[in-house]
Amino acid sequence: MDYRKWFVLGAGLLVGAIAVVLVKLGNPANMGFCIACFERDIAGALGLHRAGVVQYIRPEILGIVLGGLITSMFAGEFKARGGSSTLVRFALGMFMMIGALVFLGCPLRDILRVAGGDFNAIVGLIGFIAGVGAGVYFLRGGFNLGKAEYSHSNAGGYIIPLLVALLLFLLLKGTVFNPDAGGPIFFSKEGPGSMAAPIAISLLAGLVVGFLSQRTRLCLSGGIRDFILIRENYLLLGFIGIFVGALVLNFAFGFFKPGFADQPVAHTMHIWNFLGLFLVGLTATLLGGCPLRQLVLSSEGDLDAGAVIFGMIFGAAIAHNFMFAASGAGVGIYGQIACVVGIIFVGWIGWSYKEV
Amino acid sequence: MEKVDVRGLSCPMPVIRVKKLIDKGSKEINVVGTSQVSKENVSKLAASNGFALKIIRDGKDEWEVELSK
Repeated sequence: MDYRKWFVLGAGLLVGAIAVVLVKLGNPANMGFCIACFERDIAGALGLHRAGVVQYIRPEILGIVLGGLITSMFAGEFKARGGSSTLVRFALGMFMMIGALVFLGCPLRDILRVAGGDFNAIVGLIGFIAGVGAGVYFLRGGFNLGKAEYSHSNAGGYIIPLLVALLLFLLLKGTVFNPDAGGPIFFSKEGPGSMAAPIAISLLAGLVVGFLSQRTRLCLSGGIRDFILIRENYLLLGFIGIFVGALVLNFAFGFFKPGFADQPVAHTMHIWNFLGLFLVGLTATLLGGCPLRQLVLSSEGDLDAGAVIFGMIFGAAIAHNFMFAASGAGVGIYGQIACVVGIIFVGWIGWSYKEV
Repeated sequence: MEKVDVRGLSCPMPVIRVKKLIDKGSKEINVVGTSQVSKENVSKLAASNGFALKIIRDGKDEWEVELSK
């Protein structure tokens, strides 16, 4: 095995291990990292949705963006580029978030849940693999969202990092503009949003993961996609590394609890666990990367990936305001409808953007 | 020599384009692209299919390689 494969496997092991340490230090169970959940928490902290239990400016997200930015600058890879069906990517990002909130986690959290013994996440994983498979079907059929171009200025690439810097300031300063109603930021007093590792440690964890992900191009949908498409296992090794790293520490800390029932921040509606991550897998494959990969790309100047992040935050806001998001009790009727609509919409995009 | 232009294409489009030519039986393929990620991926694809890789240009914004068997 060449050294790059060892590096991505090692990076995966480290990401999985860091995730469990974050849980040990206060993050919600099986949620050391969850790109979708944490972006949703940020949407809530900014008051974009009013689900009081999931509002927090997650330092892990800020760290990943800053880590990716710094690493890409040193590697000479920070370059503003974009223009590949940007609004379509925004809409896909929105549905990717809705799928993740129907399941209750992005692909990264799915693998962390599997490593914690949550069997519902295995159902989700099967859905995810099926979704990536459906995406590969479109890719093979000639799906293409078009070429991106390098901008003549790098300024646009700083939008996401500057936003992150502002969020970091708000997090550390805790500014209140409106003493009567609260705001501009809202933090959960109970529920998952109130459970968090210390800010400095979460931020540092994010920085490390941002660095590793930028260098290895870590991507969970990419791992399965490349294996199906060209029998290439490089990214899949990162995926496996995350699982093993988290599994080992879950056993060490006594966090491993196998079963379907009573899993933390999870529900047992198999169809919707499957379809939620099916939607995420399909969308991520059409976008060229899972939520983690999109976040890292947005930090290195990819404006189209930045549009996906804004789409995901918008998707998180409407997912809670329109009652699409699942809870421990399961997925409501509106969430079920939104998930099916999402699969139809994304399938339509996949079919429509075929090049001849 | 077949030519394929993958400039500006995001993952995994560059690999798919090159793989289509390999599957068609092309023995010599010239590829131009932009991102470092796509260069790495095309190089990996070449190696796993037994192609020799020659780097023609390796600029910061654009690269060109030749695959041959």
